[in-house]
Amino acid sequence: MKRSSALAAVSALAVLAPVLAACGTESTAPSDDATRAFTVNASDDACDVSGDTAPAGTLTFTVTNSGSVVTEFYVLGDDGLRILGEVENIGPGASNKLTVNAPDGDYFTACKPGMKGDGIRSAFTVTPSGEQPALAASDQELVDQALTNYASYVKDQSAQLLAKTSRFVDLYKAGDDDGARALYPVARTHWERIETVAESFGDLDPKMDLREADLEPGQEWTGWHRIEKDLWPAEAGADYRPLTAAQRVTYADDLLANTRTLDGRVQKLTYTIDQVANGSRGLLEEVATGKVTGEEEFWSHTDLWDFQANVDGARVAFEGVEPIVETNDPELAAELTKRFDALQELLDAQRVGDGFALYTDVPPDQIKQLSDAVNALSEPLSRLTAAVV
Amino acid sequence: MVESGGRGVSRRKLLGGGLGIGAIAGVGGALIGDRLSPDADDVARATSYAFRGAHQAGIVTPAQDRLHFAAFDVTTTDRAELISLLDDWTAAAERMTRGDGAGPIGPVEGDPLLPPDDTGEAIGLPPSGLTITIGFGPSLFDDRFGLAERRPAALARLPHFPADDLDPTRSDGDLCVQACADDPQVAVHAVRNLARIAFGRASVRWSQLGFGRTSSTSTSQDTPRNLFGFKDGTANLKAEERAALDEHVWVGADDDAAAPWLVGGSYLCARRINMTIEVWDRQPLQDQEQFVGRTKGEGGPLSGGGEFADMDFDAVTGTAPSIPVDAHVRVVHPDFHDGARMLRRGYNFVDGSDALGGLDAGLFFIAYVRDPATHFIPIQSAMARSDALMEYLKTTGSALFAVPPGAASGEYLGQALFA
Repeated sequence: MKRSSALAAVSALAVLAPVLAACGTESTAPSDDATRAFTVNASDDACDVSGDTAPAGTLTFTVTNSGSVVTEFYVLGDDGLRILGEVENIGPGASNKLTVNAPDGDYFTACKPGMKGDGIRSAFTVTPSGEQPALAASDQELVDQALTNYASYVKDQSAQLLAKTSRFVDLYKAGDDDGARALYPVARTHWERIETVAESFGDLDPKMDLREADLEPGQEWTGWHRIEKDLWPAEAGADYRPLTAAQRVTYADDLLANTRTLDGRVQKLTYTIDQVANGSRGLLEEVATGKVTGEEEFWSHTDLWDFQANVDGARVAFEGVEPIVETNDPELAAELTKRFDALQELLDAQRVGDGFALYTDVPPDQIKQLSDAVNALSEPLSRLTAAVV
Repeated sequence: MVESGGRGVSRRKLLGGGLGIGAIAGVGGALIGDRLSPDADDVARATSYAFRGAHQAGIVTPAQDRLHFAAFDVTTTDRAELISLLDDWTAAAERMTRGDGAGPIGPVEGDPLLPPDDTGEAIGLPPSGLTITIGFGPSLFDDRFGLAERRPAALARLPHFPADDLDPTRSDGDLCVQACADDPQVAVHAVRNLARIAFGRASVRWSQLGFGRTSSTSTSQDTPRNLFGFKDGTANLKAEERAALDEHVWVGADDDAAAPWLVGGSYLCARRINMTIEVWDRQPLQDQEQFVGRTKGEGGPLSGGGEFADMDFDAVTGTAPSIPVDAHVRVVHPDFHDGARMLRRGYNFVDGSDALGGLDAGLFFIAYVRDPATHFIPIQSAMARSDALMEYLKTTGSALFAVPPGAASGEYLGQALFA
């Protein structure tokens, strides 16, 4: 469950929280070279760029929305799909600046008034120059590969989440509490692996993953943890009233419906490289703030399943961008690999059967070791984004 | 004094921005900035002490008002990483004591896509007399780093003393950092940043905040009071007593053949001593004075005279010794311990209240001694055995560290240990 809006890892959909503080494609670094600086007048039906050619290097586009709806601006590759850079959520009357490193080649510029559709596109040519950008063309291939792979991973996890949630709610509604309890941490693993993506949907996350302690006055409690409490009533105390069969159906169907909505959205998502890197960092922050403290699974104490899943997702994201880090900062790549390995070794020591020890069964000194390993990984991981953009 | 030197004030936007407090040259030195009549607090805050020198700063340095003390467990088993940590700590400590940020870049000067290399809460704050003193615990000399042969004999875990109620999570440690400053935020900033630098190599085992120094370490300082309300440290060793420091504080060249690396260093004895404050406060004034052996007001010995009068242990009032046989000042006095003296550098602490509403408070005792076997353990044992104050004390944390000598130019702290 997300508590801060600053860590959103994914954008691209109109329903999202609008601010992406961590987005690396919006840079304040100006280009003082007039041949590489452009203005864009984005209206509801036009996308006027002040030029259509530039020498290779760092290009800046100052985009002003003169229209009546929120717009976006993209620089796309010659296939019209690959995103070289984007700025989002430019409100009517507002401006924003896009900085991209463009090697020579053919591109498209595109405005997306209303943030929908293919946008209003124009061809844009970048000519060879002595000033090639930091990412050579071969590196761009690495980026493309990383983005494609990460998108596939998230889609796959989302699909598995939907399938297992469907089975889980069936068991729960049927009163097979043992079966539901066994599947609970297994199904949630797929949520936790893509948690930074899932929780970026500000409308769904509170309905699906809110903890009782985070409820606001009057807020209805739904989702995973509502059902968790009902499945582990002994932990809830003597005055807890189990949900009726009808209430079970209500909460179970609600969770499944929201999971289905989430999956539908996730299947359409695309990512930028900084979002992948920030997602890796964000997942470790989830571990540090919720899992290693035993707060996430208050009733079931299955926190270490979530812990492992967050680490899984962080590692997949890191390994996706690792070839880029290898090029830009090989020491960082080596240190991250070492720290991931060390943390995994400690987690492996907590395995019991197909799962993990309950958080409440892990001695404090071992919790401290896990926490130390999370810190040891998180410090270098905080430098990952800067090493890939 | 080698520890103190005039330094530029680097976090210059201090004291409202335009006052331009200059550096202070040495203890009690002249103000060379352009402000003519600074008050004492301004002077204290503009003071900076060099990190490098023959001895580490933070021992005989005039005791600052605030403490943040942290003990660390080394989490790496790689000797090279331990050395790299000490190297990084040395660089950061040198910068921070100068009044600069922990890292070379700064809290707001770096790449916006990177976390800053300084955490920022000391922006605009002057050096505030910050000292950072680093020590090595007995456990560092196990089989992890090849240091077992170099462990000085006196560096062993302190024994259990009667009335010890030690919390393992407040005791011991492989490394320690004592950060003292006249501004609590500066002391906390130092420990926070050193802990951050250590992630992956060492992790904080415990830490303790202290306020209101309970000892004076220079004749230029008034004697402060502990939470019992009594002056504490009147007879403390002071910076000006050069010969006594050599005799009682600094490890000598012939002290331990196994540990030439510690020559010019010292041993740091740390004890978290809880006071049962509420019970103490119900004791009659006369009883309080009898327990301590001094008057509560001026701090003079019960045998007569002012604060700095000599103790007369033979003096009798009526039929009883004027200074009772179980009075604190008698039990721990050098006269009864072969003349052994220690340099105390403790701080009061209040960590909020306990579950019953009593203050979780007391004295975070720090003493620097040449040899704990002769200068601390016997005295602590005598105190635990027969000191009237023990009724109101409970020791909840304990640790011993060897504090190497200061780092010379181009060295990292403790380099001789790894040579």
